[in-house]
Amino acid sequence: MSGDTSALTLILSGDPGLYRIIGLSLVVSLSAVACAAVIGIPLGALIALTRFRGRDGVIVVLNALMGLPPVVVGLGVYLALSRSGPLGSFGILFTPQAMIIAQTILVTPIIAALTRQTVEDLWLEYRDELAAMDIGPAARIGTLVWDARFSLMTALLAGFGRAAAEVGAIIIVGGNIDGFTRTMTTAIALETSKGDLPLAIGLGIVLIAIVVIINALAWAARRTGERYAG
Amino acid sequence: MIALRNVTAAIFALALVTAQPATAQDKSIVVASTTSTQDSGLFEYLLPKFKEKSGITVKVVAQGTGQALDTGKRCDADVVFVHARAQEEKFVADGTGVKRFPVMYNDFVIVGPKSDPAGIKGAKDVAKALITVKDKGAPFFSRGDRSGTHSAELALWKTSGVDIEKDKGTWYKSLGQGMGATLNTAAASNGYTLTDRATWINFKNKQDLAIAVEGDRKLFNQYGVMLVNPAKCPSVKKDLGQAFIDYLVSPHGQQDIAGYRIDGQSLFFPNATDAGT
Repeated sequence: MSGDTSALTLILSGDPGLYRIIGLSLVVSLSAVACAAVIGIPLGALIALTRFRGRDGVIVVLNALMGLPPVVVGLGVYLALSRSGPLGSFGILFTPQAMIIAQTILVTPIIAALTRQTVEDLWLEYRDELAAMDIGPAARIGTLVWDARFSLMTALLAGFGRAAAEVGAIIIVGGNIDGFTRTMTTAIALETSKGDLPLAIGLGIVLIAIVVIINALAWAARRTGERYAG
Repeated sequence: MIALRNVTAAIFALALVTAQPATAQDKSIVVASTTSTQDSGLFEYLLPKFKEKSGITVKVVAQGTGQALDTGKRCDADVVFVHARAQEEKFVADGTGVKRFPVMYNDFVIVGPKSDPAGIKGAKDVAKALITVKDKGAPFFSRGDRSGTHSAELALWKTSGVDIEKDKGTWYKSLGQGMGATLNTAAASNGYTLTDRATWINFKNKQDLAIAVEGDRKLFNQYGVMLVNPAKCPSVKKDLGQAFIDYLVSPHGQQDIAGYRIDGQSLFFPNATDAGT
């Protein structure tokens, strides 16, 4: 991307560099949300439906982890994936995979905590009914998560919002490499440091527009789903 | 559990997509370099030329010199391309780098508001200019990030006989930021700062800033490149990394560096063949 162009002309002219950056942003953040959902939804539901010692403590910690500082997560993942770190032999520092791992760590607590709250509320509502059906805990979790699926979409969107917006973690573990690990947020940081503030703000507007579009698609999907689910 | 199955399928699909760059990375190296070489636009100009000749993709991670050397030390880069000679020589001396090759130079300049509150504009002696900035208490923004430019700034204070750790007052602000961010701050608050000329020329948010001091021999800024030692870091791509270094110091690469100009101004001056740099 050269500095003499505005973000709008880059979009309209189909600048391949910009489209690659947008594509990578979406791939990284959506992958992270998907991974975080696989871990976070069952985990949140499990905590919602089980009673154990120290459960209150676990819930407080889980809620607090929603505010994990990205730069700290980035540094932790960096040290772990560094060639001289414990997972260095994988050689995935400064790759999109490393960025997905960092964002998964950021997003999982958000999805788990919001799932826990949603499922627990639903459980209080349906407790007697489910108890009467006399089904095992696993089936109970499955039933409640399925019933809560439309509300859980909000949890996924919250997680996606967090992932798409953060720069602190991915700029450390990805390295902001041109054409390889550069995303919308790291490109904005770079253009700002080059002093090209108009291009930086233009990219920012593009990023916000993409997040709005994703949310609109999710909302439409929810509406359609609710209609068919009756 | 249809939702979960869908999610798992989506992950596999995304994993396939993200795995794609991994296959293209066979002939690529990671170069830890400085914010000045990136913010100045040199790599965007130079790397496609190198790729065309060699087929090697160079992935640049732009950090401050201190952090870039640390990245090399951790074996996370194949080549380190920075500008702080003393630190580079130490990097080679302790066996982390193989050999240091001087590549090119430019110079540092002190930029400040056009109104020039410290009255240092046109000063020929950078040491005297810095003492004046301190005496007048004019706002000065330091990188404060152990970068090459930060090291150079600290050395200049030392030459001026100013013990900056002791003498810094509220006028001296240490930012801990890259060159561009520091220039943005200086521009927004009408302060002075030390910058390399290449970043300055390519910087687009100059606002009311202009060059105040330039041309003193003490403002010389040398860049050097080193291969990370494969004996210490077996993951280093020795041949590809050395090919990049060989290109930079070759007549062809040196010519390419000299050819990087903005508005008719050269940003870097090749000097790989000069002794003692």
